[in-house]
Amino acid sequence: MIAVVDYGVGNLRSVSKALEKVGAEVCVTSDPGEISAADAVVLPGVGAFAHCMDNLRSAGLENSVREAAASRRPFLGICVGMQILFEESDEFGRVEGLGILPGRVRRFEPKDHALKVPHMGWNEIFVRRRAPHLAGIDEAARVYFVHSYYVETNDASIVATTTPYCVDFVSSAWRGNIFATQFHPEKSQATGLKILANFAALVKGSGAAC
Amino acid sequence: MLAKRIIPCLDVKDGRVVKGVNFIGLRDAGDPVQCAARYDQEGADELTFLDITASHEKRGIILEVVRRTAEQAFMPLTVGGGVRKVEDVRTLLKAGADKVSINTAAVADPDFVAAAARAFGAQCIVVAVDARNRAASLELTADGGGVSGRPAWADTYPELLVDPADSKGWEIYTHGGRRPTGIDAVKWARRMEELGCGEILLTSMDRDGTKAGYDLDLTCAVAEAVGIPVIASGGVGSPEHMLTGLTEGKADAVLAASIFHYGEYTITEVKRYLAERGVCVRE
Repeated sequence: MIAVVDYGVGNLRSVSKALEKVGAEVCVTSDPGEISAADAVVLPGVGAFAHCMDNLRSAGLENSVREAAASRRPFLGICVGMQILFEESDEFGRVEGLGILPGRVRRFEPKDHALKVPHMGWNEIFVRRRAPHLAGIDEAARVYFVHSYYVETNDASIVATTTPYCVDFVSSAWRGNIFATQFHPEKSQATGLKILANFAALVKGSGAAC
Repeated sequence: MLAKRIIPCLDVKDGRVVKGVNFIGLRDAGDPVQCAARYDQEGADELTFLDITASHEKRGIILEVVRRTAEQAFMPLTVGGGVRKVEDVRTLLKAGADKVSINTAAVADPDFVAAAARAFGAQCIVVAVDARNRAASLELTADGGGVSGRPAWADTYPELLVDPADSKGWEIYTHGGRRPTGIDAVKWARRMEELGCGEILLTSMDRDGTKAGYDLDLTCAVAEAVGIPVIASGGVGSPEHMLTGLTEGKADAVLAASIFHYGEYTITEVKRYLAERGVCVRE
């Protein structure tokens, strides 16, 4: 069972339907017990970084997410669900993230006026480290992005893919059980479903139902 | 490199797909969920539903359409039409929409756009701008007939209004292109960006339904005025129109309805045409 963390942000239906499409058993939950019992955890997120952090805390789920990320269970962060895994964001001043991965979140500041923010649409991912989640994904495959902020890190060992837009930014990160994507695999048609299928394939055993 | 987006748009009324010519004379053309699935297979980059359901009782039908679409099409979905309150945005996003497009309600109350962007993030708030060439607009309103769409706040923000003494530029309309507002399209787009909107869906009311091509001057004027993406809409009749919309018009995406929907061109054909002419598209 894969738990999709429901903390009042974002379109959880798309994430859960896409995981079901690739054959995973999914539950959308805001229950810490169910998150602890799940074989794998997905942390979605859209909108503002601070809003997501606030909601995660007020839903009483910060510890559940920390525990899942620190476990051996496969963990997937999507979009702002990726960003809040990092140390801090400069969105609306400085906002602290979960600090599970090293790096910070910055706003795109294009020098070329033709580059629009949000970075919205289909862009390419270039593999730096081939995480198991990227098995069978072509170099320069296109996935769907919609974001105004991006992750910057000095730790090259966690960079799974990069994407050029204003800068060469971290479009997915990988460390141990944690995989996190700035793009939306659930909106990236066949390429996205393949990444989700790879993630679902990492789930071992059936675990407790939730 | 970020690809230019090709976006089919389905006008949906009472849960069925229709397409108006200049917003008059609707033709029934099928089930929106099936159309969405076909566009997904064809490699559309996004999909837009414009809900033109008039009756209040039937407004809930679009939610079911969105839910069923989101279950089988794993691509970005924008829904617009009749979005008036923050609660409407929330309901659509929860049903499975990724972006919600706001038109008339943004003109009536620009703060609504700010409130929606604050609540859900700029990335999911699209403002639909229906614009008419000023010269054409003046002709239409010359007899003084029709209902004015001029918002109550207009006098407080004279800097957003068109100059009555000048027939250049474009004026925005509401209520499906029927009501002139007195607001300048380029200034309005810039104001919407300031208030937190994440994208502009720009429709030329002069070109809509004509198949004469996008209004390139309008598209370029708005695309250069804002730092957010602009989707060109209204008037597309051929792949060449998409090419010029993306190049001369400087649009980030192009929206089209009937040319895809009646099978005149497939999305694959359009993308191949664009790629052969040097436009970066997802193939």
